[in-house]
Amino acid sequence: MPKEHANWSPYDNNGGTCVAIAGSDYCVIAADTRMSTGYSILTREYSKICKLADKSFMASSGFQADVKALQKVLSSRHLIYQHQHNKQMSCPAMAQLLSNTLYYKRFFPYYAFNVLGGLDSEGKGCVFTYDAVGSYERVGYSAQGSGATLITPFLDNQLKSPSPLLLPAKDAVTPLSETEAVDLVKTCFASATERDIYTGDSVEIIILNANGVRRETEQLRRD
Amino acid sequence: MPSEQKLGSAIVDTVFANMVSSQNESSLLSSEGDSQRTQYPYVTGTSVIGIKYKDGILMAADMGGSYGSTIRYKSVERLKQVGKHSLIGASGEISDFQEILRYLDELILHDSMWDDGNSLGPKEVHNYLTRVLYNRRNKFDPLWNSLVLGGVKNGQKYLGSVSMIGVHFEDDHVATGFGNHLARPILREEWREDLTFEEGVKLLEKCMRNLLYRDRSAVNKLQIAKITEEGLTISQPYSLKTFWNFAAFKNPTVGAEGSW
Repeated sequence: MPKEHANWSPYDNNGGTCVAIAGSDYCVIAADTRMSTGYSILTREYSKICKLADKSFMASSGFQADVKALQKVLSSRHLIYQHQHNKQMSCPAMAQLLSNTLYYKRFFPYYAFNVLGGLDSEGKGCVFTYDAVGSYERVGYSAQGSGATLITPFLDNQLKSPSPLLLPAKDAVTPLSETEAVDLVKTCFASATERDIYTGDSVEIIILNANGVRRETEQLRRD
Repeated sequence: MPSEQKLGSAIVDTVFANMVSSQNESSLLSSEGDSQRTQYPYVTGTSVIGIKYKDGILMAADMGGSYGSTIRYKSVERLKQVGKHSLIGASGEISDFQEILRYLDELILHDSMWDDGNSLGPKEVHNYLTRVLYNRRNKFDPLWNSLVLGGVKNGQKYLGSVSMIGVHFEDDHVATGFGNHLARPILREEWREDLTFEEGVKLLEKCMRNLLYRDRSAVNKLQIAKITEEGLTISQPYSLKTFWNFAAFKNPTVGAEGSW
C-alpha cells in the first residue's frame, strides 16, 4: 500500500526575533512586532512578548498559533499557582514550568522558540533560553528566532560572557548599565532588520527592574 | 526546505501512514478506526477583504464557489452576520464554512439564553473561532477555511483574521488568500483611519477589481457588507466595471513574426 502524502502542514513559521539580556539588577526582554507567512507580511504590529508573572516575561517566535496556546497554558497554570500558594511564581520556577510544558508535547511539539526573562528571588536579572521541546539553561543573554544567527555572535562579542565551564562559576550577568543594555538591544534589532527579511517594522522592549516594568518601542525598517 | 515543514511533514506522514496501514479491511466492514479526515478542499471560496473605516467595518467577498478549476457556483454568500455585533467572511472550503456557521449559531443561541443583557462581541467570536480552528488542526482534521471576523461593540471597532491552522491577528485591514498578495499592498498605501463609507467602498472595489483581473478563481459578482454600532447590512450582489480596451489586446500579434 503506497504511503499517502500529506497536502498540508500543521505548522507555519510566522517569523520574528526575540532577545533578552540579564543585568545585575534589571532584565531587558525585546522582540520585533512583524508577523509574516511565506513571503507576505500579515501584520506589522503584533506583540510576541507575554507577561507570565510580575517578574517573568516570555518572548516567543515561531508558529504563532502554538505560541498563543503556550502563553495561555502558562498563564492559566500561573493563576492556579497563585490560588494555591498565595504568591507569584518566581522566574526560575516559571522557567522549569515552561520546560515541562514544552516537553509534554515532545511528540507533537509547540513550534515556539522562547526566551524567558525576569528577576530572580534575589532581584538579579535572569534569562532562560529554550528549544522547541523544552531543553533550557540559564544564561546572561540570548537571542531566538529568525534573526538569532545574526544577533548572537554580535552579543557574544559585546557582552564577553565567561565560560560556563569555569570553576568557581562566574556570573553571566552583564556589568552593563540598564541604558547601555537597552541601546545594545536596539542596535541588535537595527542590524538584524537589515539582513533578515522576517525581522523589522518595530521592536518592543520591556525593561524589568526593582522599580517595576517599563515599555519602549522603536521603529525599524519596514521593507 | 524550511525546518518547520520538515517537522510538519514528518509528523503528518507518520499519522497518515498509521491511518493507511490500519485500513486493511474492505470499506464495507469499516470500523471507527478509519475515520475520515479532511485531506483536500473541494468547493472553495477565494479572497475576503476587510477594512476598518470611520463608523465601523467594511467587508467584501465575491460569490464564487470553485470546484478545482471549474467555477461551479456563482451565488455563494460568503459574508454572514454573527449575533448582534459581528460579521464573518470566509474563504476556503464552503462546506466547512457552513459547519462553522452551525457552531456559531449554537454559540449565539446559548449566549442569548443566559438572558443577561450581555451579548458576545467580535473579539469574543474571533477568539472562539481561533480555538475551534486550532483544536481541529491539533487533531489533524482541519476546517479548511481562512476567516475574517469584524464588528463593533460599545463603540469599539474590531477586525481580525484566523487561518485553518489557527494563526490569528487583528489589524486595521485584513485579507485572505490572494487578497494578501494583491489587496493588502493597495490598502497599505491608501487606507486611512477616517475613511468615509463611500471612500471605503471605493477602496474595497479597487481591491476587488484587482483580484478580478488577476485571481483566476474570482467571479464578477460580489457583495459588500457594512457593520456599525447601529447594525449590519449586506449589499445585494452586483458587478464591477472592468476595462479591457488596451491597444495590446486589440492587435496582440503586432510585431510578432510568424504569429496570427
